[in-house]
Amino acid sequence: MTGEAIAFYVLAAITLASGVVVVRSPNIVHSAVALIPAFLGVTGVYILLGAEFVAGIQVLIYAGAITVLILFVIMLTEGGTGLRLRQVNEQETIGAMVAVVIAALLVVGITRTGWHAGTGALPAYTPGAIGQSFLGPNLLVFEGTSIVLLVSLIGAIIIARKEE
Amino acid sequence: MLLDWGYVAVFAIVGAGMVALPLLVIWLISPRSNYPQKFETYESGVPTIGQAWSQFNVRYYLFSLVFVVFDVEIIYLYPWAVIYRDQGPAAFYDALIFLGILALGLLYAWRKGALEWV
Amino acid sequence: MPWYLELLRAIAGTVLIFSGVAVVAAMFGVLLERKISAWIQSRLGPKHVGPQGLLQTIADTLKLLQKEHIVPRNADPTIFASAVLVVPLAALLDYVVIPFGTAGGGRPLIFRDLNIGVLFFAATSALVVVGILMAGWGSNNKYALLGGLRSASQMVSYEIPMGLALITVAMLAGSLSTVKIVDAQAHWWYVVEQPVAFVIFLIAATAEVNRVPFDLVEAESELVAGYFSEYTGMRFALFQLGEYGEMFAMAAMAVTLFLGGWRGPVLPPVLWFVIKLYALIFVFMWVRWTLPRFRIDQLLGFSWKVLIPVALANLVVTAYVVMIVHR
Repeated sequence: MTGEAIAFYVLAAITLASGVVVVRSPNIVHSAVALIPAFLGVTGVYILLGAEFVAGIQVLIYAGAITVLILFVIMLTEGGTGLRLRQVNEQETIGAMVAVVIAALLVVGITRTGWHAGTGALPAYTPGAIGQSFLGPNLLVFEGTSIVLLVSLIGAIIIARKEE
Repeated sequence: MLLDWGYVAVFAIVGAGMVALPLLVIWLISPRSNYPQKFETYESGVPTIGQAWSQFNVRYYLFSLVFVVFDVEIIYLYPWAVIYRDQGPAAFYDALIFLGILALGLLYAWRKGALEWV
Repeated sequence: MPWYLELLRAIAGTVLIFSGVAVVAAMFGVLLERKISAWIQSRLGPKHVGPQGLLQTIADTLKLLQKEHIVPRNADPTIFASAVLVVPLAALLDYVVIPFGTAGGGRPLIFRDLNIGVLFFAATSALVVVGILMAGWGSNNKYALLGGLRSASQMVSYEIPMGLALITVAMLAGSLSTVKIVDAQAHWWYVVEQPVAFVIFLIAATAEVNRVPFDLVEAESELVAGYFSEYTGMRFALFQLGEYGEMFAMAAMAVTLFLGGWRGPVLPPVLWFVIKLYALIFVFMWVRWTLPRFRIDQLLGFSWKVLIPVALANLVVTAYVVMIVHR
């Protein structure tokens, strides 16, 4: 097995294990903190795919900013009192069965598809190449993003301020 | 390039080990005594009043929120900055529009008091 | 090179950097701080332990190693323990992309010259914030929690101007790689072309490391010790390592981005780097022992209402000038 494959399986294991903790932990702060290894695992996968810049962004935004935001939000709500939440309700068994069926469908679907290698040239993932695409073919997306950010900022401020 | 990141991964793992090393040393050689007062939370020497974990003000949330929006903005500026030098004047005006819209956002947050601490 | 040799080289480099930072930044830096504070306050600093007090920090570290390791009863053990690892590790990760000089034949002396060097630095600095939140939370102590929350708000507010300063330099150099940025300063240093960005970066760096005048979150008279109030012995030392390590890393990055890195005539490059680094460290410490501290609303307002608009304006003006010059 190549080094890359080993690295991938280790990263996948870390991500999945943290994901399980995020979903199953009764302590909501533990759930939030378990997001960090999950994000770092995804960062590793991006690196294996050759997308260095996206990996850097993933750490900066997700592990750095979003985790902080989530922790602040948790502290503002009742979760901040160390509340322990029930993780399961009466529909536990049915839920488990549905999950197993979906998983089986996905596995069958993935293994049965004949994945072909793409024929086009791989897009380059360096910051320079991404910049070129921002100023070239994806200019509208670039400008549109600023509008999306503006709208989300305004929306969030309106919602947060109204609750005062 | 993958080799670069392999090095970084080794740095992180070995580094975590080296940071944990002093903790191991302590666990081995530090004295231990167990009387209940020692494990109490510190509050200027008096017994604690109320829980530490309580509801907090919305201002922390607002700051981190505005921060996330601006962090994503500067993410978009990194690739732009790297190739900017060799582009024509169009690149300047494109970025000017981008920054202008976000400056509007900052102004809005400022006027609506999202940047106040009280 | 076969993989096991690469692995060995990586491990050796890591151990070297960690030990280097631990000795130079944490041990020597703390001693330097005490000596400089003493000099500014017209008194003598540590003088007894070792010649001129040089072994003082070693003595302190040995003392801390033997201290008992207390976990408060109501603390959250997992988070309390993992925070200790996150903060110093994130601070030390900063050193991966710093070029310390050149080794024979012009090869840069850097752990690894990543293509996204500057972005990597910003990302690892962001990780320190999460560690601090975890420490403040996990302690279940009002002072620690408040300190952690305020510290996180402060660091997060100053990351934006720091990022804008980094972007401006990256724009001038045309690359995010620290080695290329140092190479691009062959004619003159970027501090000449970007004095505003330099000042912004230094101010933001001071706030990122929670130093005076931005140290409200760990001022003794305010919050005991802020987010690390409940940490005893070696854990306390590890947080200090994280803080001083981060300060040195910020200074090293400022040297790399604005002061020409290891460039300089006559003397060997590594020596130039060290000289410039300590010049900036001296400035940091000088500021610390001279200025009073800001209130939390003042320091947050300063970042969002002054630094960010100035940094944005600087970016636009620089972009305009570059456009004119390159037409």
